This record gives sequence, structure tokens and C-alpha cells, in this order.
Amino acid sequence: MTTLSDNITARPTRPYAPGNAAAPGGSATTAPPLLAVRDVRISDRVADRDIVHGVSFELTPGRTVGIVGESGSGKTLTCRAALGILPPHFEIGAGSIEIDGTDTATLTAADWTALRGATISAVFQDPASYLNPSIRVGAQIAEVVRVKKGLGRREARHRAVELLHAVHLREPELVYGQYTHELSGGMLQRVLIATAIAADPRILIADEATTALDVTVQAEILDLLADLRERAGLALVVVSHDLAVVSQLCDEVLVMRQGHVVERGPTRTVLHEPRHEYTRLLIAEHEQYGLDKFLAKEDA
Amino acid sequence: MTTEPSPRSPSGTREPSPPEDSTGTRAQRSPGDSGRLREARPTGHSPGPGTTPPPVLQVAGLRVRYGLGRRRRTALDGVSLDVARGETVGVIGETGSGKSTLARAILGLVRADAGTIAIGGEDVGGHNRRRWRALRRRGVVQYVFQDPLRSLDPDLTIEDSLTEPLLVQGVPRQEAAARARTFLDRVRLTEELLGRLPGELSGGQRQRVAVARALVTEPRLVILDEPVSALDSANRVQILEILKELRSDGVALVFISHDLGSVAGIADRIAVLHQGELVETGTARDVIQRPRHPYTRLLVSSAPTLHGAPAERAERAALRALLHV
Repeated sequence: MTTLSDNITARPTRPYAPGNAAAPGGSATTAPPLLAVRDVRISDRVADRDIVHGVSFELTPGRTVGIVGESGSGKTLTCRAALGILPPHFEIGAGSIEIDGTDTATLTAADWTALRGATISAVFQDPASYLNPSIRVGAQIAEVVRVKKGLGRREARHRAVELLHAVHLREPELVYGQYTHELSGGMLQRVLIATAIAADPRILIADEATTALDVTVQAEILDLLADLRERAGLALVVVSHDLAVVSQLCDEVLVMRQGHVVERGPTRTVLHEPRHEYTRLLIAEHEQYGLDKFLAKEDA
Repeated sequence: MTTEPSPRSPSGTREPSPPEDSTGTRAQRSPGDSGRLREARPTGHSPGPGTTPPPVLQVAGLRVRYGLGRRRRTALDGVSLDVARGETVGVIGETGSGKSTLARAILGLVRADAGTIAIGGEDVGGHNRRRWRALRRRGVVQYVFQDPLRSLDPDLTIEDSLTEPLLVQGVPRQEAAARARTFLDRVRLTEELLGRLPGELSGGQRQRVAVARALVTEPRLVILDEPVSALDSANRVQILEILKELRSDGVALVFISHDLGSVAGIADRIAVLHQGELVETGTARDVIQRPRHPYTRLLVSSAPTLHGAPAERAERAALRALLHV
């Protein structure tokens, strides 16, 4: 079976050829979900209250689920639960999370470590805080490859440069030897995406990964994610406060507010027939004040 | 206002400032009483029949450079922009485009190397600190920044923040308090917030207070630098609605943002700043529907929309290659 990095670093872009998994956008499928979040409730043990009141979604290869909500809506906690990195004194009170068929409740710390990076990975808002400022960025990617894939130094270096190329950095060899302070925000986020996909995960969570970036750079990162999804069948969870960011990339959208999922459905349905008042506000923001005011609704 | 001889000269900063100069141009029109001056302002500037009023803001050939010698770099070059009375102009620019430098230059916080800036017909480009202080005191030009904690004094109650610019002008305390309430109402906040400190308000409330504070002197020009970027959707919509209502008051707005989407809905015109130069200026509709400059095209096709076509990816890649970004 071809790995993710084989697919993304291959020069002539091959379409993703899934084995028994669902083709992206395919019709009725019986493929087991890569990630299944079932009515997950997250509570704060210290404050003794529920923060997230039941989130459910399923993700198959090549598909994208979006979660929209403001800060405090519980979208980040949901992601962290799926990564097994809930902050201290938060716990999953009810519901279950299955990653590639395994119930995460049964995982030990060592199991989690093996799973993260190799099966499920993530990028967050502030890329600089996830990279060591005193180590060249390429070496940090190579380290992931060495630890997770067991490659030797030279091979790891070679693979790191390939990954930097795969995330569309123009001079991968040059970037390999640079430090975080020498790179722009958009370049750092690309380095972080390269690190996140270094161990060929099948699920990538992008939690506000483009929020702090310029609009043109944001589009570049979103284009890159779409590209990775198409070329390697990566399953994506895209989390943002901006409905437009999510709707560009996602097949299904969840709208969260104060720990509740207030709306869930196929992106097109949510945009055209929003049922919840909050979703309507998010749409109105774009249609009244955003660019959508000037764009024809060609797909009504 | 134009009776003042233009002070634009290299000696501008060293210009002797005798005490009688401290009132600046104001002294020639309404000595001493800034409160009366403020009332006199509209008549003093209403144009005669048949003449078009001068733009509230005229920026021509503006160049700003930072640094010295080999490290000198140009932040703005050849920027020209007119803003008419009651007009909302959106200035769009990304990191390093010089948009904040433009805001700072208009507010007299950085000095221009070349070009002119006129506010209400008054050439302010060569104003020294003293003249700027006098100009700011008159409240003709105001500002709102992204972080309201930066434009509000954390130790002043909301009431003090709102009345201070008026008290400085010599407006009686009672009248100032009444006007503070009027503008608090305009930004849809209730009077019970008057006794609070900025730290006790939510981000959206704080930004609305910052808008009210900017309006309380009834300025002719307000510079807004990323005023809604740090807000959530509900508060963003509210601030945009409030700003839209201001149009009927005749106040001119310069709305600076990295986000074309947040400006598109309220701007009459949009100016696109790229690497220190204005690459395109036009009506909001024209710039968005028929962008001419490659950078504007990239900007428009990059801005997230709900109903946009996802097939723009190849076009964006081509534009990036063209622009070397």
C-alpha cells in the first residue's frame, strides 16, 4: 500500500487510489470511518460542569468535516479529545471516539504516542510555538521521520526536504537549514504541516490553522490542504471561526455554540437552508458585509 | 484654515514655537474658545453654492521611509488618496503593505519623507508636535485601533474616557456628560456601563466604546485600523452596522484592514495597498467584480466566500507565480 508521503512527494500527481476505502465523494459506501466521534461529552472535573454537550461526526478517507464556532464553543476541546491531549482536569464524560476502528478509551499513553503523528495529526493556530526556535526547522522534521518511521539520518534528511517541497516551499533545501525567526508566518505554517504529515497520518486536524495569516497566505494553506486531500486521500477536520473558510473545503459542517452542536449537515444544505439563528448570523455576515454581497449565488 | 502659511519646510521641526503659537491655526479663527470653535466649524466649511467641497482627506505622493543608510526601506511610495465628506474608503493591505504606516502618517505619528497630507484643506504634513496636539484637541480627526485596550485608558471609567476629549476642548462638564450618553446610545450600549473600567467590558463592548469615544468630538475624519479583526461574528456585524449608520452624519471613514471581506460591505471605494504602493482604487463593486491589478485579483480570489467557486485554485497558483509571492 502506498503511503501518504509517497503520494504527496511523487512528482507526477497520481490520483488517490484507495484500497477498500471509499473514493472521495463516492456514492453509498460501507467503508469504516477513519474517525468516528459519537455523542462525545467533555466535562471539567474541577468546576464539575459539562463543557461540550455531545458532538458526533464521522470521517472517511479523502473527506473533510468542518467545525465552526467562536472561542469557547468547544470546537478545540473536541479536537483535543480526538488527539488524546485534553488539558488536565478535562475528561470525556460520555460518548466514544474511534480512530481507525479502535476505541480510544482503551488506549494507553504508549498507544496514543504510537497513534499520534502516524494515524492522526494536527496543526494549530500559532505555528511558531510548536517549533523549537534554536533548532533548524528541517532537523525538526527529520527528527519526526527518524522517530516515527525509523529512517537513518541521511534518509530522514532527504525525506524532510521532500516534505518541504510537498508543502510548496519554493527552496526546500534553503528552508531546511533555516531557523523559525527567518521564516514568515505562512512559511512556518507550511513547515508545521510538513511536520504533521511527516509520519504519513491518515487524518489531519487543522484547528484555526490559517487564522493568524494574511488572506492570500490563508488561501495558499487551504489550497495545500485540499491538494493533500486529493493526492493522498488525507481525511481532514477543519476548525475555524469563519464559516466561509470551512465551507470552501468541507463536505460536512458542524456549527458549535457554547458546547452544543446547533447545526449539522452537508455544507450546501447548511448554507442554503440554515435552521439555527446563529448559523443565519454567520451567513448574513458574509452576505451583507462580505464579498458574497457582490457575488451571484450561482448554485442556488 | 488655508490662511495659515504652509509650514512644509525642512525647518519644520525646528520652527520656534512661541507661546502664542500653541493654539496653532485655531488662534486665527476663534481665539481661546475651542468649544465655540467646534460649533462654528460646520458653517466655516460649508461651501458656497455651486462649489464642490474639498475632500476631507487629501493624500498626495506620500512617501515614508524607515531606517537609515543601507537598512533604509520604503514603507510607502507615491500614495495618493482623496476621501470626500461622508465617504467610506476601505484600504486593503496585507502584512508589510504599509497600511498601518498610512494610518500613522495621516494621524501625524510618523513623518512623511515626501508628499502632502491635508485634512479639511489644512496641510498637516509639516505640522510639528505642538500643532498636531492642537489639531487633535479640536477632535477633527479621530482613530479606532484593532485592540480597544490601546485606544482606551485602562484606568479611566467609560464616562471619563468619553467626556475627556470634550473637557479638553472646554465643553462644560454637564454638556460633555450628556453628549457621552448620546454617543453611548449611538453604539447601542446602555448607561449602566458609564461607571465601569474598560477591563470590565467584553471585547465587543470595548470596541463600541472606542468607536463612541472617536465620535464624541464629532470628527470629520475617523481612521479605523482593523477595527473588527479581533471580534467575533456577532460583534463584527454590530460594529459594521454602526459604522454604516455614520455615513448619514457626513463623517468620512478610512477603514484599514487586511480583510477585503470585512470592508466590502460598507466601503464606497476600495484602495488596494501592495508593498507600499496603491495598486488599485475603485468602487467596491468594481474592485471586487472586475479587479485589474494581478495582486487585486489574487486578493479577491483568496478571500473566503460562502458561494465562491472552488475551481479558483489554479488561477490563484498562476497569480502567485506572476507576482512572485
